[in-house]
Amino acid sequence: MSTAIAPPRAGVKEEQPYVDPTKKRYTGRKLLGLVVVWVALWLVVKNRDTLELPFAQTTGLHTWLNDFRDSIEGSGQSNWFMKYVIGGISAALNGIITALQGLLSTAVFPRPVPEIGWLGVMALIGWVTYALAGIRSTILVLVCTFLFGVFGLWQFSIDLLIITFVAVFICVIIGLPLGILMARNQRVSAVVTPVLDLMQTMPSFAYLTPMALFFGIGPACAVAVTLVYAIPPLVRITEHGIKSVSANTIEASRSLGLTSRQLLRQVQLPMARRTIIVGVNQCTMAALSMATIAALVNGPGLGKPVVSALQTLNIGAAFVGGLAIVLMAIMLDRTTTAASERAERRGGHTDVASVGGPGVVKNIVWLERLPRWASEEGYESPPRKHLSNAGRRFAIGLLVVPVLIAVVLSRTYLSLAQFGSFENVPVLSFLSGPKLASVVNTVVRSFVDAVDTFTNGFKEVVTVWFLNPLQALIATSPWWLMALVLLAIAYFLGGWRPTLVTAVCEAVILGTGLWNDAMVTLTMTLVATLLVMIIAVVLGVGMGRSRRVDVIIRPFLDAFQTIPAFVYLVPALALFGPGRFTAIVAALVYAVSIATKLVADGIRGVSPTTVEAARSSGVTPWQMISKVQLPMAREALVLATNQGLLYVLSMVVIGGMVGGGSLGYIVVAGFSQRELFGKGLAAGLAITALGVMLDRIARHAAARYES
Amino acid sequence: MTEPALQVKSLWKIFGPNAEKLIGTPDLQLSRKELQTKSGHVIGVRDVSFDVAPGEVFVVMGLSGSGKSTLVRLITRLIEPTSGEVILDGQDITKLSDPALREIRRNKVSMVFQHFGLLPHRKVIDNIAFGLEVRGEGKDSRRNRAQEMVDLVGLSGYERNFPEQLSGGMQQRVGLARALAADPAVLMFDEPFSALDPLIRRDMQNEVIRLHHEVGKTMVFITHDLQEALKLGDRILIMRDGAVIQIGRPDEVVGAPADEYVRDFVSEVPKSHVLTLRWVMREATGTEAAGSPVLQASTIVRDAARAVLATHGPVRVAEGDRVVGIVDDEDILRVVVAEDAS
Ligand SMILES: Nc1ncnc2c1ncn2[C@@H]1O[C@H](COP(=O)(O)OP(=O)(O)OP(=O)(O)O)[C@@H](O)[C@H]1O
Ligand SMILES: [Mg+2]
Repeated sequence: MSTAIAPPRAGVKEEQPYVDPTKKRYTGRKLLGLVVVWVALWLVVKNRDTLELPFAQTTGLHTWLNDFRDSIEGSGQSNWFMKYVIGGISAALNGIITALQGLLSTAVFPRPVPEIGWLGVMALIGWVTYALAGIRSTILVLVCTFLFGVFGLWQFSIDLLIITFVAVFICVIIGLPLGILMARNQRVSAVVTPVLDLMQTMPSFAYLTPMALFFGIGPACAVAVTLVYAIPPLVRITEHGIKSVSANTIEASRSLGLTSRQLLRQVQLPMARRTIIVGVNQCTMAALSMATIAALVNGPGLGKPVVSALQTLNIGAAFVGGLAIVLMAIMLDRTTTAASERAERRGGHTDVASVGGPGVVKNIVWLERLPRWASEEGYESPPRKHLSNAGRRFAIGLLVVPVLIAVVLSRTYLSLAQFGSFENVPVLSFLSGPKLASVVNTVVRSFVDAVDTFTNGFKEVVTVWFLNPLQALIATSPWWLMALVLLAIAYFLGGWRPTLVTAVCEAVILGTGLWNDAMVTLTMTLVATLLVMIIAVVLGVGMGRSRRVDVIIRPFLDAFQTIPAFVYLVPALALFGPGRFTAIVAALVYAVSIATKLVADGIRGVSPTTVEAARSSGVTPWQMISKVQLPMAREALVLATNQGLLYVLSMVVIGGMVGGGSLGYIVVAGFSQRELFGKGLAAGLAITALGVMLDRIARHAAARYES
Repeated sequence: MTEPALQVKSLWKIFGPNAEKLIGTPDLQLSRKELQTKSGHVIGVRDVSFDVAPGEVFVVMGLSGSGKSTLVRLITRLIEPTSGEVILDGQDITKLSDPALREIRRNKVSMVFQHFGLLPHRKVIDNIAFGLEVRGEGKDSRRNRAQEMVDLVGLSGYERNFPEQLSGGMQQRVGLARALAADPAVLMFDEPFSALDPLIRRDMQNEVIRLHHEVGKTMVFITHDLQEALKLGDRILIMRDGAVIQIGRPDEVVGAPADEYVRDFVSEVPKSHVLTLRWVMREATGTEAAGSPVLQASTIVRDAARAVLATHGPVRVAEGDRVVGIVDDEDILRVVVAEDAS
């Protein structure tokens, strides 16, 4: 970091790398010195004051939180806030969900089957899809829903759809007006933005316990966590969409004498429409991801069979459930994307790419630019033949008849109401849940045996060379030493502001009584992030430099990003068995797509003039990467690390379910063991504090490279 | 004389917080740069006054950053003036309430922008009708009016296209049609053609000249292209650092530049294309050219050249019936040859 690299010929000023000759920071050297001092001290004082807390043991805070929970449960009737506000919301949500379940998915006594059987439900879903997104999406959706039935997961799937849609519906009702307001009112934006920041920094697991505290476990809680988790992307993208309507257009419209209402309705909203629908897409994907995790708070849906399969290490069953979740993600993503494309077949472009990524999507990430060629190609593609609007409306109207017939039939014949077993149907029998599960189990077993040496080798290397030493250093340092080290790192990387935040977060973690567990989680997070960044830089540089590589890799990254977090546990568990390493691998896979995309975009963002100038002065490809492109993409690298850290943390704690231990496991245990509820709540708090700390340090470090 | 169509009286725009407080203080004597370093305020427009006669094409020109765009935007308060008056249609625009201002924008002044500012989600015809729509005109009448405008600017056949399907020049025609649709008293152009390539630009300039003949609107035209200014302008206002340097007819600006800045500006202009005989003639001392042909003083040198060179000896120059001077081959050649040398 001590040698400043000047690009051979100055391009545009803003695009130069951060080079400030008057202010050398020597960050690298300072950090190195810090590590040396740290290790030296550690050798002397290790294993002292590590604040380890045995699993079954609780602190005063935990018991107090338990009592608090009891008092909330008891106060349901006495406290007006609990009774009318929370109780009211909870009852309303539970009522809506139960009603929808009775209608679509669950038999309500005395009926042996739901009000509308599978044929009717499929017809309805297909009809809605056709109206919103067109014929291709409809076919996809019908195939997927039929497969849910074949898998034997019909009821779970429809339940998951219900939770997701109720949450998204509420998100749109609240989030859209809020986003519009924020775009038009600087002050509202200034107040709401930090709240959204915090919400998006919180790993999904940290939401569960506090919500369960108020809503109890069950459907209402599932909708509440899903809602809270999914709303920030919608609000932000809406705000962005409205704000990015070009100033020229706004000015021209003002010169015509528009009122501010006319401006909103006739100019800003129509021009932002496509972007807003991308926001709905993001919101839906986030909701789906969280709704599966909500199985831990007894939320209905596909998460449930997956959770129980994971807990019994039944890979096959987990795989079938996971596959159903992935199919649902694909079908929702395709449908909302098709809807957004239809929304503005002409004109409106959006610079917001579908990141589809659940997890801690942050402001800059969702602003991920479409690669230049992608938008150009979209632009040039010959218009497909579409039905005219009137024609489509006519078709939609006409289709009501068969849909109604299907509904009626599904209420008349039991076989059309209840998905039968496909054990005896020739091809489909192979896809029926139990059969598929056992096949997968066999295949996985032989596959795992085959690649055993490789996977074990990988596991060994990472464990022995990174994980164990780092964990020894971090988790067996006395808490005060570790706290000081973190403060120093924060200061060197980001200045005094993140240092302050770090101090506060450390205090919170100490207060939760889970310092040692937090440090173990931190270790796993750091190791996984390191691996993520290695892969991301290799892939990202390749993608940024070559359009062909980009074309090949990007679809995979997009697909990875659509998959809800939960599902990643299944293959990781299959390959590596339960343990903290599995959590790390799941986190790695989960975080690598977003980090890679950010690096690739950073590399591509280096001004072509600079690259050309460098080439003309005769650099080798390797020099080009190491001396021009990577240094100039430094901001993107730090940003990718920031996102990587948050994604990894979010997943590492979810890995608590498959033997990842530490904070994540405590959260899970909090739901199954009543007396550990308080401890689980504290663990959620510690996770949040850890997330905020990592995020602030990385963000301020990134800010230093901003031009 | 008739009432001016537009009057601007000592208009100021100072960017920065609490800029009104600066008005009337000695700080305003400072140059732009000095003020910026002293208080961070930027002077956009400095004490500008001018009148525009009905039907006149009034061109404002200056280098980049001289405050041209700010000036036109002050006229309809797309940017709020810091002080001064803008009188249009007998009202002081700077004192109007928001609804009254919107009325002015809807009915009296239209603007054409450098970057078109079209709505991508509306067809050409609906873009043109947009201003009529916002002022509440019925669908049929605004469609009819918009169709007239389409024909007027030569876009017939493209009504149902979306803006992005058109070339830059055609998009600007849409911008022009949209501005004309409201039938405003004054049309304002902010560098409308600088985003277009030279050939299209020339077409569009001719288009403006044609439209001016046909509809006879008062126009305020911003440009940084002197050729364009000379071609279109009845009068030209030259700005620098927000202030007026010179206002005059094209031949005045070229023939008698107010200072070095303007002289520099006009040095590349082929003078014979702009100057009139008034600028090259000599006093008629006696009757030496009696009987020679008579040319009007307002004739452009280039157009007079053939007649003068064909005549032996000087030619008489007249202002109406009165002979005011003479020119000979020498006078003409001085202008023409000087150009070739430069
Ligand atoms: N909102 C603003 N805040 C501060 N300064 C401004 C603002 N808008 C314009 N200026 C300054 O006012 C001056 C005049 O700008 P203006 O855009 O009017 O110039 P212009 O003559 O139109 O230039 P160009 O030919 O580049 O369009 C410039 O120095 C500019 O920096
Ligand atoms: Mg300008």
